[in-house]
Amino acid sequence: MTEIPTQEFLRKCSTACAGCGAVLGLRYVLKAAGPDTVLVVPACCTSVMQGIYPNTAFGVPVFNVAFASAAATASGMSAAFRSMGRQTNVIAYGGDGGTVDIGIQALSGALERETDFLYICYDNEAYGNTGMQRSGSTPRGARTTTTPGGKTHSKKDLDRIVAAHNIPYMATACSAYPQDLFKKVRKALSIRGPTFIHILAPCPPGWRYSSEKTVEMGKLAVKTGIWVLYEREYDTLSINAASKAARKKPLALEEYLKPQGRFKGLDEKALTDLRQSMERNWRNLEQEVAGPC
Amino acid sequence: MLTIATGNKAVAAAVKEVKPSVVAAYPITPQTEIVETIADYVDAGTLSAAYIPVESEHSAMAACIGASITGVRTFTATSSHGLLYMHEMVNWAAAARLPIVMANVNRALGPGWNIWAEHTDSLQERDTGWLQVYVSTVQEAFDTTMMAFRIAEDERVLLPVMVNLDGFTLSHTFQSLETVIPGDYLPPISLPHAIDVEKPCGYGPMTGPDDYFRFRWDIERSMRDSGAVINEAQRIFAEKFKRSYGMTEEYRCEDAEVLVIAMGTLGKEAEVAVDVLRNEGIKAGSLRIRWFRPFPDLDIRGRDVVVIDRDYSFGFGGILADSIRARYSCSVSSVIAGLGGQEVTYNDIAAFVRDRKPGTEHWFGVKA
Amino acid sequence: MYEIRIHSRGGQGGVTAARLIALAAFRDGKYATAFPFYGAERRGAPVVSFVRIDDLPIKIYSQIASPDLVVVLDSSVMDSVDVLHGLKAEGSVFLNAAHSESIGDHRTYHVDLTGIALRNSLVVAGSPILNTPVLGALAKMGVITVESAKKAISEMFPDERNTRAAEEAFQELAL
Repeated sequence: MTEIPTQEFLRKCSTACAGCGAVLGLRYVLKAAGPDTVLVVPACCTSVMQGIYPNTAFGVPVFNVAFASAAATASGMSAAFRSMGRQTNVIAYGGDGGTVDIGIQALSGALERETDFLYICYDNEAYGNTGMQRSGSTPRGARTTTTPGGKTHSKKDLDRIVAAHNIPYMATACSAYPQDLFKKVRKALSIRGPTFIHILAPCPPGWRYSSEKTVEMGKLAVKTGIWVLYEREYDTLSINAASKAARKKPLALEEYLKPQGRFKGLDEKALTDLRQSMERNWRNLEQEVAGPC
Repeated sequence: MLTIATGNKAVAAAVKEVKPSVVAAYPITPQTEIVETIADYVDAGTLSAAYIPVESEHSAMAACIGASITGVRTFTATSSHGLLYMHEMVNWAAAARLPIVMANVNRALGPGWNIWAEHTDSLQERDTGWLQVYVSTVQEAFDTTMMAFRIAEDERVLLPVMVNLDGFTLSHTFQSLETVIPGDYLPPISLPHAIDVEKPCGYGPMTGPDDYFRFRWDIERSMRDSGAVINEAQRIFAEKFKRSYGMTEEYRCEDAEVLVIAMGTLGKEAEVAVDVLRNEGIKAGSLRIRWFRPFPDLDIRGRDVVVIDRDYSFGFGGILADSIRARYSCSVSSVIAGLGGQEVTYNDIAAFVRDRKPGTEHWFGVKA
Repeated sequence: MYEIRIHSRGGQGGVTAARLIALAAFRDGKYATAFPFYGAERRGAPVVSFVRIDDLPIKIYSQIASPDLVVVLDSSVMDSVDVLHGLKAEGSVFLNAAHSESIGDHRTYHVDLTGIALRNSLVVAGSPILNTPVLGALAKMGVITVESAKKAISEMFPDERNTRAAEEAFQELAL
């Protein structure tokens, strides 16, 4: 087991919801990053969970910026630190709305320009901060306040978009697997250039499950195979052990969907669509690992 | 060095001399020459800066903000739709108290597509907490850009400065230019609230009404204090480099009975109109507004005032005319002219003065 | 104040010619401004640029309505543009042409700038360079001094073929 530092950069006065997957993930992100780190945070739940001025629950400087601008702001910050000869970690920490939707242009630009930074998208699959409206990252069939009958479109495949930029390192993670997340953040920060981590962050109020079940939800996502843990260095993909095991002996998808109120009343067609997109994701990843035949 | 250059080249030359650490910009006509020239400097090694070729103007200002908060000097340039596209971040830069300097090459807004001079772009940003200055010659573009960094970075100000020059009319006009090296005119930047990982704190987190209100007042207080800083920066510039500038530029105003008030190149061309009118026995003067934010004190008591607006606020009036009416409770002859690069000559300006009707608004070239 | 309007086609260097003339006048110790009229025109379309020269600082930004001199770098623009528009009664015309008659009542000068450019291999992207030789012609006409013309050219275009071409134009222009 990787030794995880006992030093905390998240104080207990965070104003996150009970059972928040995003703040759980952030705890390990900051432990991996250490004190020479600046977080750049666009509008998202993390803007709120820092606490109210003049207090802050975070033990590293946090620069809050407008919704669409995290990656671009981090670009400028990284360039400035490097111009001073400083290797300070610049980590953009944004939700799925600020990454998959409104911030994707700035993210794409920063990746293309080979910005020396780590972009982390913590994905709770909806606009959590504004009360759970659908995002491009909401899965098909999920009920949100703007898809009261269930979302009729598929989850946008952010990772394939990021992969298209051929960056040195990208990974998926889940806040239910903190050791794995810790290692991935360490790895990403050891690399000069653009790196990216996509964290699945279960959200009790948004997904409508009781708040002590966040870790369980994350584990179910991986064990059913709907969330795959992997790393990609440029164009070399490796699927992580937990997901390989899940692929061999997957739990039924319903075990993940059933406990979540957002999937209540999911019809057969939506369920089939979810299964198909899960299968397609796996097929794509496995083909990529196997290489061209 | 003495040469001839366009307004755009003059701005770029000033940026080279003030040595920013980070320049982030996106091209747009008629500003592009500024960022191309800076990219050339960086490529040739004559400017040691990180040049970030961002994918949009929103990101240009965001990148400047991210760089500036680390305590380094930053610059960007834009125009028209680019400025409007970065509007959100323009606000952010001021409220984050970042001394970013931006050149805006004034250009009309679509539709229809129009690439020529108009001030409506920058005047739509007048309430953002940026200092705004409008220049009228190539030399003034260089000198004012250099001064802008000193003013923005002064701890009594710590607000961003927008240097405005007329699209094509100035941006692409060649005039003589003497470049100078700022030396101790521009002290090293020292941002008191620069990010410090040793002292971690939150920048711009959730803020309750009372603190928020106090921050807004702080911006206004600095805006008010900036007048003295501008005057000081201009006075020291004059001592050091022998070229003097004020909040406004006055031409034959002392005994003038009627004043033409304008901004940018129209304000300079108005001086020629004043000469024409004086030859006819009309006691005219030209009062060119250089600094629009903070708004200068004007000596207009007891005189007729003809205000030329190269801008408009639909449903109300010319923005400069409105500002003067509001502040001085006077009756102005308002002229709307030059929108979208409409040709306005000194003879036209002279006619505005001869035909002035206090309390009216005249759209030049539009038949009533 | 001496005012010049230059007619050319996009890509022929009319804007640069205006700039070179202004720079030469500036090196003569005068004040000068040069500016193009920018439309949305692309390569090949008729374009106009302007030069003002004076002993005092120039405060006028509006276009030149009644020039003292009209320079035509490409005579084919005369098919679609009235190059004499607003030209002062005593104003003159310069044509890039091997031969020419007087245009209207105006004193008309000419030099085959295209021929000079081709002889000196001054060709960029298939187009002969006209903006450096034209300075030689204007120097002969007394608009700028020949010394400043050469200085302006070498400041902006160090390749000495440009200066040589200007010298040839100076020789060839008949007063």
